[in-house]
Amino acid sequence: MYKSWKVLQPYLLATPQTLIFLMFLVFPILMIFVVSFWQFNGYAMTPAFTFENYVNIFSSQVSLATYLNTFKYVTLVWGLCVAIALPVSYYLAFCIKRESIRVLLFLLCTIPFWTSNIIRMISWIPLLGREGLVNQALLNLNLVQQPVEWLLYSDFAIVLGMVHLYNFFMIAPVFNSMMRIDRTLITAARDMGASGFEVLKEIILPLTAPGMAIGSIFVVTLTMGEYVTVRLMGGGQAASIGKLISTQIGSLQYPLAAANAVILLLFTLVMVTGILRVVDIQKEL
Amino acid sequence: MIKLLLTAFFALFVLFLYGPMLAIFTLSLQGPDGALTFPVRSFGFYWLGQVFQEQRVGSFVESFQRSLWLGLAVVAIAIIVSVMASMAFRARFKGSLALFYLTISSLVVPGVLISLGIGITFQVLDIQTNWFSSGLGAHLTWTVPFAFLIMLGVFNRFNPYYEEAARDLGAGEVRTFQEVVLPLILPSLIGIALLGFTLSYDEFIRTSLVSGQYNTLPLEIFGMTTNVTSPALYALGTLTTLFSVTMIAVGFGAYKSLSRQ
Repeated sequence: MYKSWKVLQPYLLATPQTLIFLMFLVFPILMIFVVSFWQFNGYAMTPAFTFENYVNIFSSQVSLATYLNTFKYVTLVWGLCVAIALPVSYYLAFCIKRESIRVLLFLLCTIPFWTSNIIRMISWIPLLGREGLVNQALLNLNLVQQPVEWLLYSDFAIVLGMVHLYNFFMIAPVFNSMMRIDRTLITAARDMGASGFEVLKEIILPLTAPGMAIGSIFVVTLTMGEYVTVRLMGGGQAASIGKLISTQIGSLQYPLAAANAVILLLFTLVMVTGILRVVDIQKEL
Repeated sequence: MIKLLLTAFFALFVLFLYGPMLAIFTLSLQGPDGALTFPVRSFGFYWLGQVFQEQRVGSFVESFQRSLWLGLAVVAIAIIVSVMASMAFRARFKGSLALFYLTISSLVVPGVLISLGIGITFQVLDIQTNWFSSGLGAHLTWTVPFAFLIMLGVFNRFNPYYEEAARDLGAGEVRTFQEVVLPLILPSLIGIALLGFTLSYDEFIRTSLVSGQYNTLPLEIFGMTTNVTSPALYALGTLTTLFSVTMIAVGFGAYKSLSRQ
C-alpha cells in the first residue's frame, strides 16, 4: 500500500500544473490551429477546412511587408539588448568587488521590470514628443531649427520602447552566466600572458553564451508577438504581426487572425530551435 | 580607463531605465494648470486627487480592485500548484521532462497567442469571457512557470536529511511538510507571492482579449491613453508604479528577514 502510494505520489503532485497548462496553453493553441482552417463570412466564423486564410496571407503584399517589418524590429531589439546586456553585466560581475553593492545595483536594474509596461511606454511621451524635453533641448542648443519628428510615433520609438521594456530579460541570464564563471580561470589566463581582450574573447564570451541564448529566446519571443509598444509608440502606420492579429480580432476575423498566429508560432519555434542548436542551455537550468 | 567607461555606460543605462519614469513623476505633481509636457507650470497634488474622481472613460478604483483580487487568486493558485509540481520533480517520474518543457513553452509562447487561443476557445465553447475565468487562466500561463522554476531551484538546494530526520522521529507526510518543509521554503514562497502578484498586476497582452466586459487595471490604463489628455494619466501611472515598487520592497524585506532566521 505504502509502496504504491510512493510511486503514485509524483503523478498526483504534478497533475494540477499539468491540467492548467493543458487547459490554458495546449488546448487554446490547438483551437487556434483548428480555427485557422475555418471560414469567415463577413460577420461570423463557420467550421470548414479551407486553406483560404493562409493563401490570403501569403498572397497579400501588406501582410508580407508586416512580417518583414516584425523581423526588422526583432533583429534590432535583439542586437541592442545584447549590446547593452554585455557591458552592463560585465560591469556588475567583474568591476564591482563588494557583493552587497553588486546586489544593490542589480536590483536597480530589476525594479522597472516590475512596473507596468504601459506606464513605462507612456512615460516616453513627455521626453520624445514634438514639445518634449529632447526637442526643447535640441532647439535651445540651436542644433535643429524645427522639432525633430521621428523621435516619437516612429520605428525609432518602437525599437527604443521595446529595448527599454525587454533588456532585463537579456541582462538577468547574461549576468547569471558571468557570475558562474570560475574566477581562477581568468587569473590562470592572465598568468599565462593573456591580454584583457583575449580573456574576454576566449573565456568570458564563450562561457556567457548559454546565458545569451536564454536571453535571446526571451527577447525574440517577447518582441515577435508584441503590439503594445507598436500601438503606443508607433503611431498609425507602424505594423507588426501582433498588431495585425489584434486588429483582425477587433473586426472579428478570428480565422484569419488564427492563421497569422499559427505562422507566428512557427517562426517563433524555428528561431527558438535555432538558438538551442547553437548553444546548449541544459547546464543553465 | 575601461572601468571608467563601463561605469559611465552603466550610469547612462540607469538613466535610460529611470529617466522617463522620473519625467512622469514630476509632471504628475502639478497644479490644475499642468500640461502633458515640460516645463512644470506649478507644483501641486491636483492630478493625484483627480485619479480618484469619477473618470469620464471609466473607473480607476474598480479596475484596481479587480486587478488586486485577480492578483491574489493568481498568486494563491500559482504557489499551491508549483510547490506540488516541484515536489513531484524531486523524484523521477515518467513525463517529467514533458511537463518541464510544457512549462517553459508557456513562458516563451508569444503572449498574443495565449490571448487569442483562450479567446477563441471561449468563443467556440460559447462561454462568456471574464477577468476571473479566462483572464485568470491567461495570467496563470505567465505566473506559474516563474513560480515553478524558482521552486525547482529551491528544492535543488534543499537538504532531504531534514525530512528524513522528521520521519525517523515518527512524523507523517503531512506533518513533515507542515513543520519541516514549509518553514524552510517560506521565504521563497513570499518571494514568489510578490513576484507573481506584480507579474499579474501589470500583465497586459495575455489578458487583452479575454478580460471580458470588465477591464483589469492595465487594460483600463491602455484605454485611457487614447482618451485622457491630462496629467491625470501620469498621476495614475505614478500611483500604480509606487504600488508595484512598494510590493517589491515589502517582499524583498520579508524575504531577507525571514531567511536570516
